[in-house]
Amino acid sequence: MKSFERAALWLIFCLGLLASVGAAHAALQIQVTGGGANRIPIALPAFAAQGATPAPPLTDIISDDLLRTGQFELVDTGGIPVAASVNQVDYAPWLGRGAQVLVVGSAALQPDGRYEVAFRLLDVGSQQQLLSYTFNIDTRQWRATAHKIADLIYQKMTGIPGIFATRIAYIQKQGQFYELRVADADGANPQTVLRSRAPIISPAFSPGGHRIAYVSFETNKPVVFGQDLRTGQRWVAANFKGSNSSPAWAPDGRRLAVTLTLTGNSQIYSVGVHGGDPRRLSHSDGIDTEADYSSDGRWIYFTSDRGGSPQIYRMPASGGPASRVTFQGDYNVSPSVSPDGKYLAYVTRLNGGFNIALLDLANGQVRILTHGGHDESPHFAPNGQMIIYATKIGGRGILSTVTLDGRTRSTLSDPAVDAREPAWGPL
Amino acid sequence: MNRLFLPTLIAAALTLGLSACSSTGTPKAEVQPATPAKTGTAPSGAATSGAAGQNVTGTQTPSYTDERMNPSSPLYHPSVYFAFDRYNVEDKYRPMLQANSNFMLSHPDLKVVVQGNTDARGSREYNLALGQRRAEAVVKVMELMGVPGPRLEAVSFGKEKPRALGDTEKDYAENRRADIVYSDQPGYTEHLQ
Repeated sequence: MKSFERAALWLIFCLGLLASVGAAHAALQIQVTGGGANRIPIALPAFAAQGATPAPPLTDIISDDLLRTGQFELVDTGGIPVAASVNQVDYAPWLGRGAQVLVVGSAALQPDGRYEVAFRLLDVGSQQQLLSYTFNIDTRQWRATAHKIADLIYQKMTGIPGIFATRIAYIQKQGQFYELRVADADGANPQTVLRSRAPIISPAFSPGGHRIAYVSFETNKPVVFGQDLRTGQRWVAANFKGSNSSPAWAPDGRRLAVTLTLTGNSQIYSVGVHGGDPRRLSHSDGIDTEADYSSDGRWIYFTSDRGGSPQIYRMPASGGPASRVTFQGDYNVSPSVSPDGKYLAYVTRLNGGFNIALLDLANGQVRILTHGGHDESPHFAPNGQMIIYATKIGGRGILSTVTLDGRTRSTLSDPAVDAREPAWGPL
Repeated sequence: MNRLFLPTLIAAALTLGLSACSSTGTPKAEVQPATPAKTGTAPSGAATSGAAGQNVTGTQTPSYTDERMNPSSPLYHPSVYFAFDRYNVEDKYRPMLQANSNFMLSHPDLKVVVQGNTDARGSREYNLALGQRRAEAVVKVMELMGVPGPRLEAVSFGKEKPRALGDTEKDYAENRRADIVYSDQPGYTEHLQ
């Protein structure tokens, strides 16, 4: 009994620690603005727990994932008893609170130390079961399982694949060191891929997600490197006279578009992934940089100042005549084309501030999605439903996401570190 | 390499009333040393060392084994500053660039890397390209002054290695800059080609 009390106190102490750490390192903050006309009301009561389960609860991770999309809203679960089994769900109170769907689940500690996690997605109106899954996992798979459940719910309700189990990359600056990091899509589980005293910029995942290209200044000039995320093997991808930068993987994963300065000015070339064989793709006497392939591999969107101010252009992926894509404003840079090729996210300068804009490529309409004033490096999520970008809060770099309607934003990174240059890996 | 010049430097620094040190007032920041003069590692380190006075014998006028160490030489501060979003080299820098070009021509063993920088505003990659244009503009002028192209390389740090870390217009102006770095100076790296 005594030891149980001690254990309980210890647990409370640890929880307190976690809470205070959580306050200082609050990874995920979600900010929803504007009306939620089309949001799906979902009820996510706590999963029935048998035995001690890891923190945070699965339902916390799942609800953060779903809320970040701007396509869901949480129904208040307070005061409604947790159903003992799926067959005993009382739908009436959930119907009364306007829930469209209800998730019931359980997490049970097994004798071997693993967990059995089960959940069901239920339609409240029809009382039909939409999904039912059971997972047998170890502790290390706790967060991944929550993301998997969120993906399953998201895909069932929207028809679109979820991105919660994908990975992001970014650069973190801490003291004298720059770190290239890869983390879960919600910013959790960050892992350092490269640590350097010299700046690192422009990370880009390969189409398969197992390799990453980036620019390092470790030799006192920008050089493009490639690195295998599984083996750690690292290679020089572009190191020509002058500057080498802005890597973008061709959708087949065999070549990289990079910015080289072989003619003095910055121009876009295609090089082999392991270096060599540069083929010039863009032709101007100004700056051409920031190549981004359309996912069908047909086009390269890029930034050019050939018309007098930096604007976004498009050319065939094998090179050739370019046509201008952005027309509003005198500073439009850093293009990211959506996976379906319908939208372009980019940075626009407005009244001296830099914000993320979204261009509908079919009708030319522009929507300003963010108003941070220091917003940079937009990249589409691999399902095209949100955009990750870098902003600044209190002088420090923060990674954020924003939905295509601009109404839902979340901050991912630890506010105590300086994070920038996000990239989003594949599904 | 710079150590060889220390005795003369010390003498010079003392004769000039440590004027070399006063020039280290420029913000140091966390940048790579652009030129020995600015980072001041050699001159200021020497001036504060106790052994300084020993070689001061009969040097009335300062004499430099290396003109780049002479604060009154146009070689002393080999940096070109640029207007916002611009990369044209203003005429006022021509005498300084001529002096550096002449120095290159009289020292055929030396190479130069010109490092372009930008202020903190805007896209990192676009700024990298802008810094490259600035460095390239300086290289072009030096080529026109007779320095063979293969001895010159233009590279860019974009906004990644700011010398001034603040967010004022003065800080921005300091960072819109291209620096000439010689192959015998710290901050120079022989690059694979």
